[in-house]
Amino acid sequence: MTQHDMTHPHDAETQGSLKSYTIGFLFSIVLTIIPITAVLYGWAEGMTNTIVLMTAAVLQFVVQLIYFMHLREEKKPRYNLVTLILGLIILLVIVIGSMWIMLFNMVAT
Amino acid sequence: MWENVKSFASEFFVTGDPLIYGADISIVLTIIGIVFGLTYFKKWGWLWREWLTTVDHKKIGIMYILSAFLMLFRGGVDALLMRAQLAMPELNLLAPDHYNQIFTTHGVIMILFMAMPFMFGLFNVVVPLQIGARDVAYPFLNALSFWLFFFGAMLFNLSFVIGGSPDSGWLAYPPYSERMFNPGVGQDFYIWGIQISGIGSLMTGINFIVTILKMRAPGMKLMKMPMFPWSVLSSCIAIIFSFPILTATLALLFLDRYLGAHFFTLDGGGNPMMYINLIWMWGHPEVYIIVLPAFGIYSEIVSTFAKKKLFGYKSMVYAMMIISILSFLVWAHHFFTMGSGADVNAFFALTTMLIAIPTGVKVFNWLFTMFRGKITFETPMLWTLGFIVCFLVGGMTGVLLSVAPADFQFHNSYFLVAHFHNTIIGGVVFGYFAGLYYWWPKLFGFKLNERIGKWAFWFWNIGFYACFMPQYVLGLMGMTRRLVTYGWDKGWWEMNLVSTIGAGLMGIAFLFQVWQIVYSVKHLQKDETGDPWNGRTLEWSIPSPAPYYNFATLPQVSSQDEWWEEKQRREREPLSLAPPKLEPIHMPKNSGIPFVMSMFWFAAGFGFVFDWLWLTISGLVGVAVCMLVHSFNYDTDYYIPVEDIKRTEAAIRG
Repeated sequence: MTQHDMTHPHDAETQGSLKSYTIGFLFSIVLTIIPITAVLYGWAEGMTNTIVLMTAAVLQFVVQLIYFMHLREEKKPRYNLVTLILGLIILLVIVIGSMWIMLFNMVAT
Repeated sequence: MWENVKSFASEFFVTGDPLIYGADISIVLTIIGIVFGLTYFKKWGWLWREWLTTVDHKKIGIMYILSAFLMLFRGGVDALLMRAQLAMPELNLLAPDHYNQIFTTHGVIMILFMAMPFMFGLFNVVVPLQIGARDVAYPFLNALSFWLFFFGAMLFNLSFVIGGSPDSGWLAYPPYSERMFNPGVGQDFYIWGIQISGIGSLMTGINFIVTILKMRAPGMKLMKMPMFPWSVLSSCIAIIFSFPILTATLALLFLDRYLGAHFFTLDGGGNPMMYINLIWMWGHPEVYIIVLPAFGIYSEIVSTFAKKKLFGYKSMVYAMMIISILSFLVWAHHFFTMGSGADVNAFFALTTMLIAIPTGVKVFNWLFTMFRGKITFETPMLWTLGFIVCFLVGGMTGVLLSVAPADFQFHNSYFLVAHFHNTIIGGVVFGYFAGLYYWWPKLFGFKLNERIGKWAFWFWNIGFYACFMPQYVLGLMGMTRRLVTYGWDKGWWEMNLVSTIGAGLMGIAFLFQVWQIVYSVKHLQKDETGDPWNGRTLEWSIPSPAPYYNFATLPQVSSQDEWWEEKQRREREPLSLAPPKLEPIHMPKNSGIPFVMSMFWFAAGFGFVFDWLWLTISGLVGVAVCMLVHSFNYDTDYYIPVEDIKRTEAAIRG
């Protein structure tokens, strides 16, 4: 960042190549089609179905982060990575905490 | 035709209450006055160019603080009305449903539309100056944040005269906030007012994190940053992780009300307790969001007025970061009585008590900073001292409340009411006042009158203790919150009367503050130094009020209290008078889009409230068009030529 260039912090931006964007796009399309067809045609039921959907969702998340959010190419200090980890921790706290509080609720159950 | 208009108006406008008719008249008169004044003095162009379209962080900050003061007035009047109703047993000043509306709007306005904008105002005014930056990272976004907040707040306040106010408490617990029990539009005003301003809060959080991480002056390592930006950083981290929870929760409540979903209803598999669980995941971090910046302000003030370096800088930083994260792990202490069992309650009681440790560390740091300092007692320092005493009481009653079994006794009693006012007025409001008095000279170029300021301080403090200390006792005597009236046989009336008198004293204190501002403007004594308090950080190194580009040349930072060290250096060896080399300064251009886009949001929100689909759709289309127009606008910045900088600097420095 030059000294007088104060309105746009450019240095954090990273650009992918056409190849990486294409690969990312294909991955994300495939990972969208799998759960849709799984639900439409009823491939699996119950627990298996849940696992398929969940796995596709998590992989989709990873694909987005790597190919479009450029998480791997970040220079130090890795603020984006730290924020992501913190976000995941808080997400886990929300989900696990809510389940713990609500499922062990003696009034509700 | 006329009959149709009449029946529409009688439902659309709130009717039947003389207090509200009075408000109607005063609102209309104020609007006429403003329009007339702007036209008469030909100020419309000035208003548009200098304020409505500005992206200058200092002006946005001033608008935030001004809005916060107006909202403090409205919330304060609500509070006084409640206290008047409770002054004696069996009063009929307010009808029960009106009383419900007033405690609801009092809470929402004080937290979301007074504390938050006051805080964002101080962020805006101070952070870029303290870290040696020329604006925030995203100036356009900053303006958009402000106008979203402003129109969200206006939408919420509109419910007072149009449609009816929300009345289900400041967090709108279902099932009472569901359509089944609350069919009016008040609750929809609540949802959309908060949602629209919530987008703004989230964007401000992102904006300041980026500003602090990316735009510090050369040489300012994170560990050399002043304490206020640190507190802003910790507060913004909590903002970006907690506000999405609020948005999602209110969106679910909206789906329940608007589309008949069953997330929080009593039937159809819904569970109202889930709402309470979710809303407090935002609600608890929220109280730390507003108090952390106040801690930063106290740190700056203590070290300035004790003329000492802040004691325990590193422990202060870690304490704030720990509080910021730990605030996400305590939410269930707001509903110990929900009945989640001993394990859950024990866990959340422990995490709650843990927070007292970093907070205690901070209090000791402030005390040790003052130890053997040459303390002077100007108003910012007075508020800081007042805070330490007040917050100590509030913090200790908080630890009492965190004991889960005891909480079954305290829960939703006046003990709780006294506790959170003790921490929020004693911690947050005192802190923002301290900050406002401290940075006022930097904002406007003159100090506020000290004598009237001291009157205001003492009225606030005496009023505070008179108002809230009796409430602790009332709570233990069994008086519950949100109670509209009580009988003579309860034995509560003496303490309630004292409490009301205390509230009145705080009302007078607010008038003192208004008078203080008016008086100081009239008897203006311009501060020529730019450094009236003998400050320690970079904002005092430039003239007041700061020029629109802040720093003619960006400072080189080498130590923690850079400006203090610089003054020492200059004393040792007088400054070599070689004028610093100026370069053209890159600045953002003003834009009307934030204002217009927020108006469209307002229209869309109003459409949602009254279920007028045509207005909702046109509002949202307007929002989308504004986004598109801004996306294709490449003319967003310019350079200030060196000649202009020289001229401005010469004019300011004389």
